[in-house]
Amino acid sequence: MIKATTLAIAGAAMLGLSSLAHAAGTGYALQSPNIDVGNERSLQRGARTFVNHCMTCHSLGFMRYSRVAEDLGIPPKMVEDNLIFAVDDAGKSLKVTSMMDSAMSTEYGKQAFGVAPPDLSLTARSRGEAWLYTYLKSFYVDESRTGVGSNNTVLKGSAMPNVFWQLQGHQSPVLKDPNDPKSEVIGVEPLTAGTQSAEEFDKTVTDLVNFLSYAAEPGQERRRSIGMWVLLFMFVFTGLAWVLKKEYWRDVH
Amino acid sequence: MAEAKKGAFMTWIDDRFPFTETMQYHMTKYYAPKNFNFWYYFGVLSMVMLVIQIVTGIFLTMNYKPDGAKAFASVEYIMRDVNFGDILRYMHSTGASFFFIVVYLHMFRALLYGSYQKPRELIWVFGMVIYLCLMAEAFMGYLLPWGQMSYWGAQVIINLFNTIPFIGPALTEWVRGDYIVSDITLNRFFAFHVIALPLVLAALVFLHIVALHHVGSNNPDGIDIKKNKDENGVPKDGIAFHPYYTVKDTFGLSVFLTFFFAVVFFMPEMGGYFLEHANFIPADPLKTPEHIAPVWYFTPFYAMLRAVPPIAGSAFPGVMVMFGAIIVLFFLPWLDRGKVRSIRYRSSMYKVLLGLFVVSFVVLGYYGIQPPSFWGTLLSRICTFYYFAYFALLWWMSGNETTKPLPERVTS
Repeated sequence: MIKATTLAIAGAAMLGLSSLAHAAGTGYALQSPNIDVGNERSLQRGARTFVNHCMTCHSLGFMRYSRVAEDLGIPPKMVEDNLIFAVDDAGKSLKVTSMMDSAMSTEYGKQAFGVAPPDLSLTARSRGEAWLYTYLKSFYVDESRTGVGSNNTVLKGSAMPNVFWQLQGHQSPVLKDPNDPKSEVIGVEPLTAGTQSAEEFDKTVTDLVNFLSYAAEPGQERRRSIGMWVLLFMFVFTGLAWVLKKEYWRDVH
Repeated sequence: MAEAKKGAFMTWIDDRFPFTETMQYHMTKYYAPKNFNFWYYFGVLSMVMLVIQIVTGIFLTMNYKPDGAKAFASVEYIMRDVNFGDILRYMHSTGASFFFIVVYLHMFRALLYGSYQKPRELIWVFGMVIYLCLMAEAFMGYLLPWGQMSYWGAQVIINLFNTIPFIGPALTEWVRGDYIVSDITLNRFFAFHVIALPLVLAALVFLHIVALHHVGSNNPDGIDIKKNKDENGVPKDGIAFHPYYTVKDTFGLSVFLTFFFAVVFFMPEMGGYFLEHANFIPADPLKTPEHIAPVWYFTPFYAMLRAVPPIAGSAFPGVMVMFGAIIVLFFLPWLDRGKVRSIRYRSSMYKVLLGLFVVSFVVLGYYGIQPPSFWGTLLSRICTFYYFAYFALLWWMSGNETTKPLPERVTS
């Protein structure tokens, strides 16, 4: 009896608690995207969005182009021709074996935005996919913010402008008290139409977050597939070990 | 039997090294009680965890760079470019948590069956020193990935020394080797983590087992099996450790490793409990994270630290309470004056006290993870109070405890 209760308590304490929140603070409800790092097509689209829209400022400093080529099934030549826009210090185009560094220097980033745009290699693991997904969809027009002209419900005062405005269109804030322009922003609503419909844009962002999730741990698919074999072996071995134990313990009375 | 079969080679060895004798003393003629239950797996599992940590640690060290400017990137290098580096790293990080899980259950087993009582006091004391070393080992290892939580966790814990009156600030600086946690701190923690503490741990585990095999294992009935021996001097309720317990432990280990690998391969972050999310951001001495929480295995003590209000502006009382909570455990063999060992034959009062002790430890662990709150602080205070009260109540209650009669032989 005591055994059962203590076990239950210990088990609950160690494993059963809900996940720790990724980013405390904002309190803004996050939406979860449908992440599937095994979906090669989605990752390819995400990679394209990343180099086109993000890489001017953000790097993936722990990621090599060649690794992306290999994992995403893109021929290296195609990667060199279509995904590599950045140049090295001497002005020469980066090679496929280079790290995915951005075109912008940290110093210039600081000058331009106040803070250097962070490296995004591990953001999917530090902030979480839901945070990234919701953040990217939650920009709204805020003329009071000189330079960027936008704000974000997930990250108030974000130094990043809405780089997707052409695709998404502009959004306006939804205020807690519509009559008080100073009241809290509790959501966003479409203001102008973009080149993509709402569904298409959701898909664009999902693919991008999917790619960032992959980039945060490129080996994760392979890890899980090895894991299946390891567990299969453990099940078989556990069975054999049980039979062996039974056999030996027959003469213990 | 062994002597009869011994060939020329073994004779040659045994003339020069006590191989057969040692094997017999510790394995084939070490008679363990035949009634070991579920709780008796966690000793051998702790030992296996130590081996896993050492072996994976060796391979990680081959690619890790203990350098403030390179450490974080070298961990990512291991994760991405080293063959099976991610699996080695996850085995090591998951291993730390699993090590503490099995050690906590192993210690709880000792509480259940009175394994610390006479004549096993030294086994318990060695075990407590192992536990202390393990905490130091885990704490120093946690700095090495050089993420935000590594950095600020170390900052918070090292600063505890700062609260010691008079010598605090100088001592803190001496421990860090710098005015802040820096590359110098990282290097010395690396040295302690990869060589100093593992050596001490290995030596202590050796002593722990030598002491155990000298007095013999306790069992779930808490009775002495050496009182009932057959004509050959073998305890009637004892069975040879090898092969009986080696095959049984192989099975237990196999079940344990199934759980272990399920976490390693499918949920190495364990929702942020085994690998904290903020640790995927490189250490930044200029940016304090919103919420600094130690890894789960330290949180009961961290909750105690936070539960004690500062006195005259000093957090020193909290620090003393926190360390006191570990120190008091050393004295358990002398605080428990019980006449029987096993919980099976102890009073209901004992069961209630021990049950509440476990509940307060778990509640403290929970609130040590959460950000401070009114109820969190209140409950932490109550549980901290009870944690210490338990030892006083145990001493008082066990002096005059009504126990159930012990059986002559072990029950199955």
